[in-house]
Amino acid sequence: MNAPAIKELILKMADDALIIGHRNSEWNGFAPIIEEDIAFASIAQDKIGHAWALYKILHEHFGETDPDRMAFFREEKDFRCCHFVELPIGEYDFSLVRHFLFDHAEYCRYEMLEHSSYEPLAQLAKKIKGEIKYHLLHADTWIKKLGAQGSEESHARMQSSLNELYPLALGIFEPGNFENELMGENIFAGETELQKQWLENITNSLNNTNLKLPEVKNPRIGFGGRKGFHTEYLRPLITEMSEVIKSEEAGTEW
Amino acid sequence: MLEAVVNILEQDILAALEDVKDPEIPVLSVVDLGIITGVEIKSENEVTVSMTPTFVGCPAIGMMQKDIRKRVEQMGFAKVDVVIDRSVAWNSNMITDKGREALKNFKLAPPPKHDGNISLEMLALAKCPNCGSSNTSLRNPFGPTLCRSIHFCYDCKNAFEQMKPV
Repeated sequence: MNAPAIKELILKMADDALIIGHRNSEWNGFAPIIEEDIAFASIAQDKIGHAWALYKILHEHFGETDPDRMAFFREEKDFRCCHFVELPIGEYDFSLVRHFLFDHAEYCRYEMLEHSSYEPLAQLAKKIKGEIKYHLLHADTWIKKLGAQGSEESHARMQSSLNELYPLALGIFEPGNFENELMGENIFAGETELQKQWLENITNSLNNTNLKLPEVKNPRIGFGGRKGFHTEYLRPLITEMSEVIKSEEAGTEW
Repeated sequence: MLEAVVNILEQDILAALEDVKDPEIPVLSVVDLGIITGVEIKSENEVTVSMTPTFVGCPAIGMMQKDIRKRVEQMGFAKVDVVIDRSVAWNSNMITDKGREALKNFKLAPPPKHDGNISLEMLALAKCPNCGSSNTSLRNPFGPTLCRSIHFCYDCKNAFEQMKPV
Protein backbone atom coordinates (compact mmCIF):
# COMPACT_ATOMS: atom_id res chain seq x y z
CA MET A 1 0.00 0.00 0.00
CA ASN A 2 1.41 3.32 -1.06
CA ALA A 3 0.74 5.57 1.94
CA PRO A 4 1.99 8.93 0.55
CA ALA A 5 -0.03 8.46 -2.65
CA ILE A 6 -3.25 7.56 -0.83
CA LYS A 7 -2.79 10.37 1.68
CA GLU A 8 -2.33 12.94 -1.04
CA LEU A 9 -5.45 11.73 -2.86
CA ILE A 10 -7.65 11.70 0.24
CA LEU A 11 -6.39 15.04 1.51
CA LYS A 12 -7.24 16.93 -1.66
CA MET A 13 -10.66 15.31 -1.83
CA ALA A 14 -11.37 16.18 1.81
CA ASP A 15 -10.16 19.76 1.41
CA ASP A 16 -12.26 20.24 -1.74
CA ALA A 17 -15.34 18.93 0.07
CA LEU A 18 -14.76 21.07 3.14
CA ILE A 19 -14.17 24.31 1.25
CA ILE A 20 -17.00 23.88 -1.27
CA GLY A 21 -19.19 22.83 1.66
CA HIS A 22 -18.40 26.08 3.43
CA ARG A 23 -19.05 28.08 0.27
CA ASN A 24 -22.40 26.31 -0.22
CA SER A 25 -23.36 27.14 3.35
CA GLU A 26 -22.88 30.83 2.62
CA TRP A 27 -26.20 30.75 0.72
CA ASN A 28 -27.94 30.00 3.99
CA GLY A 29 -30.54 32.70 4.44
CA PHE A 30 -29.69 34.40 1.12
CA ALA A 31 -30.70 32.03 -1.67
CA PRO A 32 -33.24 33.47 -4.15
CA ILE A 33 -36.04 31.10 -3.04
CA ILE A 34 -36.48 29.10 0.15
CA GLU A 35 -36.24 25.73 -1.63
CA GLU A 36 -32.80 26.70 -2.87
CA ASP A 37 -31.80 27.86 0.57
CA ILE A 38 -32.66 24.39 1.86
CA ALA A 39 -30.97 22.68 -1.09
CA PHE A 40 -27.65 24.52 -0.69
CA ALA A 41 -27.73 24.05 3.09
CA SER A 42 -28.33 20.29 2.66
CA ILE A 43 -25.61 19.98 0.05
CA ALA A 44 -23.25 21.86 2.37
CA GLN A 45 -24.08 19.50 5.22
CA ASP A 46 -23.40 16.48 3.00
CA LYS A 47 -20.08 17.88 1.76
CA ILE A 48 -18.83 18.68 5.23
CA GLY A 49 -19.88 15.17 6.29
CA HIS A 50 -17.85 13.77 3.40
CA ALA A 51 -14.84 15.86 4.39
CA TRP A 52 -15.18 14.61 7.95
CA ALA A 53 -15.29 10.96 6.82
CA LEU A 54 -12.22 11.45 4.62
CA TYR A 55 -10.23 13.23 7.36
CA LYS A 56 -11.26 10.36 9.62
CA ILE A 57 -9.54 7.85 7.31
CA LEU A 58 -6.40 10.00 7.47
CA HIS A 59 -6.70 10.09 11.25
CA GLU A 60 -7.35 6.39 11.75
CA HIS A 61 -5.05 4.91 9.13
CA PHE A 62 -2.31 7.47 8.53
CA GLY A 63 -1.73 9.06 11.91
CA GLU A 64 -2.99 12.52 11.00
CA THR A 65 -4.63 14.64 13.66
CA ASP A 66 -8.42 14.42 14.25
CA PRO A 67 -10.93 15.78 11.71
CA ASP A 68 -11.70 19.00 13.62
CA ARG A 69 -8.06 19.95 13.87
CA MET A 70 -7.54 19.09 10.21
CA ALA A 71 -10.42 21.34 9.25
CA PHE A 72 -9.83 24.30 11.53
CA PHE A 73 -6.23 24.42 12.67
CA ARG A 74 -4.12 24.03 9.56
CA GLU A 75 -2.47 26.86 7.73
CA GLU A 76 -3.43 27.84 4.23
CA LYS A 77 -0.31 26.29 2.70
CA ASP A 78 -1.25 22.88 4.13
CA PHE A 79 -4.55 22.78 2.25
CA ARG A 80 -4.71 20.92 -1.06
CA CYS A 81 -8.06 22.13 -2.35
CA CYS A 82 -8.25 23.47 -5.91
CA HIS A 83 -8.74 27.18 -6.64
CA PHE A 84 -12.12 26.42 -8.15
CA VAL A 85 -13.74 25.67 -4.77
CA GLU A 86 -12.13 28.69 -3.10
CA LEU A 87 -13.78 31.35 -5.24
CA PRO A 88 -16.45 33.45 -3.51
CA ILE A 89 -20.05 32.44 -4.21
CA GLY A 90 -20.73 35.35 -6.58
CA GLU A 91 -24.26 35.63 -7.92
CA TYR A 92 -26.58 32.67 -7.93
CA ASP A 93 -25.90 31.66 -11.53
CA PHE A 94 -22.19 31.53 -10.69
CA SER A 95 -22.74 29.23 -7.70
CA LEU A 96 -25.12 27.01 -9.67
CA VAL A 97 -22.69 26.56 -12.55
CA ARG A 98 -19.84 25.83 -10.13
CA HIS A 99 -22.08 23.32 -8.31
CA PHE A 100 -22.87 21.67 -11.67
CA LEU A 101 -19.22 21.41 -12.76
CA PHE A 102 -17.91 20.38 -9.36
CA ASP A 103 -20.50 17.76 -8.49
CA HIS A 104 -20.22 16.02 -11.84
CA ALA A 105 -16.48 15.73 -11.20
CA GLU A 106 -17.04 14.42 -7.67
CA TYR A 107 -19.61 11.93 -8.84
CA CYS A 108 -17.22 10.54 -11.48
CA ARG A 109 -14.40 10.42 -8.94
CA TYR A 110 -16.41 8.38 -6.45
CA GLU A 111 -17.71 6.16 -9.22
CA MET A 112 -14.09 5.36 -10.10
CA LEU A 113 -13.10 4.94 -6.44
CA GLU A 114 -15.81 2.37 -5.82
CA HIS A 115 -13.38 -0.08 -7.41
CA SER A 116 -10.33 1.15 -5.53
CA SER A 117 -7.91 -1.43 -4.18
CA TYR A 118 -7.75 0.71 -1.04
CA GLU A 119 -10.72 -0.75 0.79
CA PRO A 120 -11.63 2.10 3.23
CA LEU A 121 -11.91 4.48 0.29
CA ALA A 122 -13.86 2.00 -1.83
CA GLN A 123 -16.36 1.51 1.00
CA LEU A 124 -16.80 5.21 1.55
CA ALA A 125 -17.11 5.87 -2.19
CA LYS A 126 -20.05 3.48 -2.50
CA LYS A 127 -21.85 5.37 0.22
CA ILE A 128 -21.00 8.90 -0.83
CA LYS A 129 -21.86 8.28 -4.48
CA GLY A 130 -25.52 7.75 -3.54
CA GLU A 131 -25.60 11.10 -1.77
CA ILE A 132 -23.89 13.03 -4.54
CA LYS A 133 -26.45 11.62 -6.94
CA TYR A 134 -28.91 14.02 -5.31
CA HIS A 135 -26.52 16.93 -5.76
CA LEU A 136 -26.28 16.02 -9.43
CA LEU A 137 -30.04 15.77 -9.86
CA HIS A 138 -30.32 19.24 -8.33
CA ALA A 139 -27.58 20.73 -10.50
CA ASP A 140 -28.88 19.17 -13.72
CA THR A 141 -32.42 20.35 -12.99
CA TRP A 142 -31.31 23.97 -12.61
CA ILE A 143 -28.94 23.89 -15.56
CA LYS A 144 -31.92 22.84 -17.64
CA LYS A 145 -34.36 25.27 -16.02
CA LEU A 146 -32.12 28.28 -16.51
CA GLY A 147 -30.11 27.16 -19.52
CA ALA A 148 -32.84 25.68 -21.71
CA GLN A 149 -36.16 26.92 -20.37
CA GLY A 150 -35.91 30.23 -18.47
CA SER A 151 -35.41 33.47 -20.35
CA GLU A 152 -32.83 35.14 -22.55
CA GLU A 153 -31.40 36.74 -19.46
CA SER A 154 -31.08 33.42 -17.62
CA HIS A 155 -29.37 31.80 -20.62
CA ALA A 156 -26.96 34.72 -20.92
CA ARG A 157 -26.12 34.67 -17.21
CA MET A 158 -25.56 30.92 -17.16
CA GLN A 159 -23.42 31.08 -20.30
CA SER A 160 -21.32 33.89 -18.89
CA SER A 161 -20.71 31.97 -15.65
CA LEU A 162 -19.87 28.86 -17.64
CA ASN A 163 -17.37 30.84 -19.73
CA GLU A 164 -15.69 32.07 -16.58
CA LEU A 165 -15.81 28.85 -14.58
CA TYR A 166 -15.08 26.11 -17.09
CA PRO A 167 -11.36 26.89 -17.52
CA LEU A 168 -10.97 27.16 -13.74
CA ALA A 169 -12.81 23.87 -13.21
CA LEU A 170 -9.93 22.15 -15.01
CA GLY A 171 -7.90 22.91 -11.87
CA ILE A 172 -9.83 20.09 -10.19
CA PHE A 173 -7.80 17.72 -12.35
CA GLU A 174 -4.36 19.17 -11.66
CA PRO A 175 -2.24 16.02 -11.45
CA GLY A 176 -0.82 15.00 -8.10
CA ASN A 177 2.68 13.71 -7.40
CA PHE A 178 1.65 10.06 -7.51
CA GLU A 179 -0.59 9.59 -10.55
CA ASN A 180 1.37 6.58 -11.83
CA GLU A 181 1.53 4.93 -8.42
CA LEU A 182 -2.22 5.36 -7.91
CA MET A 183 -2.95 3.86 -11.31
CA GLY A 184 -0.33 1.11 -11.00
CA GLU A 185 -1.72 -0.08 -7.70
CA ASN A 186 -5.36 0.23 -8.82
CA ILE A 187 -6.07 2.77 -6.13
CA PHE A 188 -7.40 5.41 -8.52
CA ALA A 189 -7.47 5.57 -12.30
CA GLY A 190 -6.00 9.09 -12.32
CA GLU A 191 -6.97 12.70 -12.99
CA THR A 192 -6.67 12.45 -16.78
CA GLU A 193 -9.18 9.61 -16.92
CA LEU A 194 -11.42 11.45 -14.47
CA GLN A 195 -11.40 14.57 -16.60
CA LYS A 196 -12.32 12.54 -19.67
CA GLN A 197 -15.32 10.95 -17.94
CA TRP A 198 -16.39 14.29 -16.50
CA LEU A 199 -16.25 16.03 -19.85
CA GLU A 200 -18.42 13.33 -21.36
CA ASN A 201 -20.99 13.65 -18.56
CA ILE A 202 -21.23 17.42 -18.47
CA THR A 203 -21.44 17.49 -22.27
CA ASN A 204 -24.42 15.13 -22.08
CA SER A 205 -26.16 17.36 -19.56
CA LEU A 206 -25.35 20.54 -21.47
CA ASN A 207 -26.75 19.00 -24.65
CA ASN A 208 -30.20 19.44 -23.07
CA THR A 209 -29.61 23.20 -22.87
CA ASN A 210 -28.61 26.17 -25.01
CA LEU A 211 -25.30 26.42 -23.17
CA LYS A 212 -21.95 25.78 -24.86
CA LEU A 213 -18.60 24.95 -23.33
CA PRO A 214 -16.17 27.79 -24.07
CA GLU A 215 -12.79 27.46 -25.78
CA VAL A 216 -10.01 27.18 -23.23
CA LYS A 217 -6.85 29.14 -23.96
CA ASN A 218 -4.93 28.12 -20.88
CA PRO A 219 -6.04 24.81 -19.32
CA ARG A 220 -3.67 25.33 -16.38
CA ILE A 221 -5.11 28.64 -15.26
CA GLY A 222 -6.75 27.07 -12.21
CA PHE A 223 -3.69 24.99 -11.20
CA GLY A 224 -1.70 25.45 -8.00
CA GLY A 225 -4.07 24.35 -5.26
CA ARG A 226 -2.89 20.75 -5.25
CA LYS A 227 0.63 21.98 -4.54
CA GLY A 228 -0.42 24.26 -1.69
CA PHE A 229 -0.59 27.55 -3.62
CA HIS A 230 -3.95 29.20 -3.19
CA THR A 231 -6.05 32.16 -4.25
CA GLU A 232 -6.39 35.22 -2.06
CA TYR A 233 -9.84 33.93 -1.05
CA LEU A 234 -8.80 30.87 0.93
CA ARG A 235 -7.15 32.56 3.91
CA PRO A 236 -10.16 34.73 4.86
CA LEU A 237 -12.41 31.70 4.43
CA ILE A 238 -10.32 29.61 6.85
CA THR A 239 -10.26 32.50 9.33
CA GLU A 240 -14.03 32.84 9.23
CA MET A 241 -14.67 29.10 9.33
CA SER A 242 -12.47 28.54 12.38
CA GLU A 243 -13.47 31.66 14.30
CA VAL A 244 -15.83 29.94 16.73
CA ILE A 245 -13.66 26.92 17.53
CA LYS A 246 -10.60 29.13 17.96
CA SER A 247 -12.45 31.44 20.30
CA GLU A 248 -13.32 28.38 22.38
CA GLU A 249 -9.66 27.44 22.62
CA ALA A 250 -8.99 31.00 23.72
CA GLY A 251 -11.36 30.50 26.62
CA THR A 252 -14.78 31.61 25.35
CA GLU A 253 -17.54 29.82 27.22
CA TRP A 254 -21.06 29.19 25.95
CA MET B 1 -29.23 -9.35 37.90
CA LEU B 2 -26.28 -11.40 36.72
CA GLU B 3 -28.49 -14.39 36.10
CA ALA B 4 -30.82 -12.29 34.00
CA VAL B 5 -27.92 -11.11 31.88
CA VAL B 6 -26.71 -14.65 31.31
CA ASN B 7 -30.04 -15.58 29.80
CA ILE B 8 -30.22 -12.63 27.47
CA LEU B 9 -29.76 -13.53 23.82
CA GLU B 10 -28.68 -11.35 20.95
CA GLN B 11 -32.24 -11.34 19.66
CA ASP B 12 -33.41 -9.95 23.02
CA ILE B 13 -31.03 -7.04 22.59
CA LEU B 14 -32.37 -6.44 19.11
CA ALA B 15 -35.89 -6.46 20.53
CA ALA B 16 -34.86 -3.93 23.18
CA LEU B 17 -33.35 -1.70 20.50
CA GLU B 18 -36.87 -1.34 19.08
CA ASP B 19 -37.24 1.22 21.89
CA VAL B 20 -34.47 3.40 20.46
CA LYS B 21 -35.86 5.78 17.86
CA ASP B 22 -34.30 7.88 15.14
CA PRO B 23 -34.25 11.34 16.77
CA GLU B 24 -35.26 12.94 13.47
CA ILE B 25 -38.09 10.44 12.82
CA PRO B 26 -39.32 9.52 16.30
CA VAL B 27 -41.69 6.73 15.12
CA LEU B 28 -38.93 4.73 13.49
CA SER B 29 -36.70 2.48 15.62
CA VAL B 30 -33.05 2.03 14.77
CA VAL B 31 -33.86 -1.62 14.02
CA ASP B 32 -36.64 -0.77 11.55
CA LEU B 33 -34.45 1.90 10.00
CA GLY B 34 -32.06 -0.94 9.16
CA ILE B 35 -28.94 0.64 10.62
CA ILE B 36 -28.11 -2.09 13.14
CA THR B 37 -25.68 -4.39 11.37
CA GLY B 38 -24.71 -6.64 14.26
CA VAL B 39 -25.12 -7.46 17.95
CA GLU B 40 -22.50 -9.50 19.71
CA ILE B 41 -22.58 -10.61 23.33
CA LYS B 42 -18.91 -10.92 24.16
CA SER B 43 -19.22 -11.97 27.78
CA GLU B 44 -21.82 -11.81 30.50
CA ASN B 45 -21.27 -8.10 30.91
CA GLU B 46 -19.95 -7.00 27.55
CA VAL B 47 -21.84 -6.27 24.33
CA THR B 48 -20.85 -4.74 21.00
CA VAL B 49 -23.53 -3.27 18.76
CA SER B 50 -22.54 -2.33 15.19
CA MET B 51 -24.40 0.33 13.27
CA THR B 52 -24.04 2.03 9.91
CA PRO B 53 -25.04 5.66 9.31
CA THR B 54 -27.81 6.55 6.88
CA PHE B 55 -26.07 9.64 5.50
CA VAL B 56 -22.34 10.26 6.01
CA GLY B 57 -23.02 13.73 7.40
CA CYS B 58 -26.03 12.72 9.49
CA PRO B 59 -25.85 14.80 12.69
CA ALA B 60 -27.96 12.27 14.62
CA ILE B 61 -25.35 9.47 14.60
CA GLY B 62 -23.74 10.44 17.91
CA MET B 63 -27.10 10.76 19.61
CA MET B 64 -28.25 7.36 18.34
CA GLN B 65 -24.99 5.76 19.48
CA LYS B 66 -25.56 7.17 22.95
CA ASP B 67 -29.22 6.09 23.05
CA ILE B 68 -28.33 2.55 21.94
CA ARG B 69 -25.61 2.28 24.57
CA LYS B 70 -27.97 3.49 27.29
CA ARG B 71 -30.70 1.04 26.33
CA VAL B 72 -28.36 -1.98 26.34
CA GLU B 73 -26.83 -0.86 29.64
CA GLN B 74 -30.34 -0.91 31.11
CA MET B 75 -30.42 -4.64 30.38
CA GLY B 76 -27.59 -5.11 32.83
CA PHE B 77 -24.49 -5.04 30.66
CA ALA B 78 -21.63 -3.06 32.14
CA LYS B 79 -19.59 -2.54 28.99
CA VAL B 80 -21.47 -1.61 25.85
CA ASP B 81 -19.62 -0.56 22.71
CA VAL B 82 -21.55 0.94 19.83
CA VAL B 83 -19.25 0.91 16.82
CA ILE B 84 -19.67 2.35 13.34
CA ASP B 85 -19.54 -0.45 10.81
CA ARG B 86 -18.23 0.87 7.51
CA SER B 87 -18.29 -2.48 5.74
CA VAL B 88 -22.05 -2.21 5.24
CA ALA B 89 -23.30 0.83 3.34
CA TRP B 90 -26.85 1.64 4.38
CA ASN B 91 -29.46 2.01 1.69
CA SER B 92 -33.14 2.80 2.01
CA ASN B 93 -34.16 -0.74 0.96
CA MET B 94 -32.90 -1.80 4.40
CA ILE B 95 -35.89 -0.17 6.11
CA THR B 96 -38.17 -3.00 7.31
CA ASP B 97 -41.80 -3.39 6.20
CA LYS B 98 -42.85 -2.52 9.73
CA GLY B 99 -40.70 0.60 9.49
CA ARG B 100 -42.28 1.57 6.17
CA GLU B 101 -45.72 1.22 7.73
CA ALA B 102 -44.66 3.40 10.68
CA LEU B 103 -43.38 6.05 8.27
CA LYS B 104 -46.67 6.08 6.41
CA ASN B 105 -48.65 6.46 9.64
CA PHE B 106 -46.33 9.32 10.56
CA LYS B 107 -47.40 10.91 7.22
CA LEU B 108 -43.91 10.58 5.81
CA ALA B 109 -43.90 8.70 2.51
CA PRO B 110 -41.57 5.68 2.69
CA PRO B 111 -38.79 5.57 0.09
CA PRO B 112 -39.68 3.56 -3.03
CA LYS B 113 -37.70 0.31 -3.27
CA HIS B 114 -35.05 0.45 -5.95
CA ASP B 115 -32.31 -1.52 -7.67
CA GLY B 116 -29.54 0.97 -6.92
CA ASN B 117 -30.34 3.36 -9.74
CA ILE B 118 -31.89 6.55 -8.43
CA SER B 119 -33.29 8.93 -11.03
CA LEU B 120 -35.36 12.10 -10.88
CA GLU B 121 -38.21 10.09 -12.40
CA MET B 122 -38.22 7.61 -9.56
CA LEU B 123 -37.99 10.35 -6.94
CA ALA B 124 -41.06 11.89 -8.49
CA LEU B 125 -43.04 8.67 -7.92
CA ALA B 126 -43.91 9.58 -4.33
CA LYS B 127 -47.29 8.43 -3.10
CA CYS B 128 -49.11 10.94 -0.90
CA PRO B 129 -49.12 9.63 2.69
CA ASN B 130 -52.26 11.66 3.44
CA CYS B 131 -54.64 10.41 0.75
CA GLY B 132 -52.70 7.70 -1.08
CA SER B 133 -52.77 9.50 -4.42
CA SER B 134 -49.93 9.15 -6.91
CA ASN B 135 -50.88 12.41 -8.58
CA THR B 136 -47.99 14.24 -6.98
CA SER B 137 -44.92 16.20 -7.98
CA LEU B 138 -41.43 16.65 -6.58
CA ARG B 139 -40.90 20.15 -5.22
CA ASN B 140 -37.39 19.80 -3.86
CA PRO B 141 -34.99 16.87 -3.65
CA PHE B 142 -33.79 18.43 -0.38
CA GLY B 143 -35.91 18.80 2.73
CA PRO B 144 -35.75 19.65 6.43
CA THR B 145 -33.31 16.82 7.11
CA LEU B 146 -30.70 15.21 4.85
CA CYS B 147 -32.88 12.13 4.35
CA ARG B 148 -36.13 13.83 3.19
CA SER B 149 -37.46 15.38 -0.01
CA ILE B 150 -40.48 17.69 -0.41
CA HIS B 151 -43.50 16.89 -2.61
CA PHE B 152 -46.97 18.19 -3.39
CA CYS B 153 -50.20 16.22 -3.82
CA TYR B 154 -52.57 17.55 -6.51
CA ASP B 155 -55.51 15.55 -5.12
CA CYS B 156 -55.58 16.51 -1.44
CA LYS B 157 -53.59 19.72 -2.08
CA ASN B 158 -51.12 19.03 0.70
CA ALA B 159 -47.38 19.37 0.73
CA PHE B 160 -45.73 16.25 2.12
CA GLU B 161 -42.30 14.77 2.65
CA GLN B 162 -40.78 11.54 1.50
CA MET B 163 -37.85 9.69 2.96
CA LYS B 164 -35.43 9.65 0.06
CA PRO B 165 -34.47 6.50 -1.73
CA VAL B 166 -30.69 6.11 -1.58
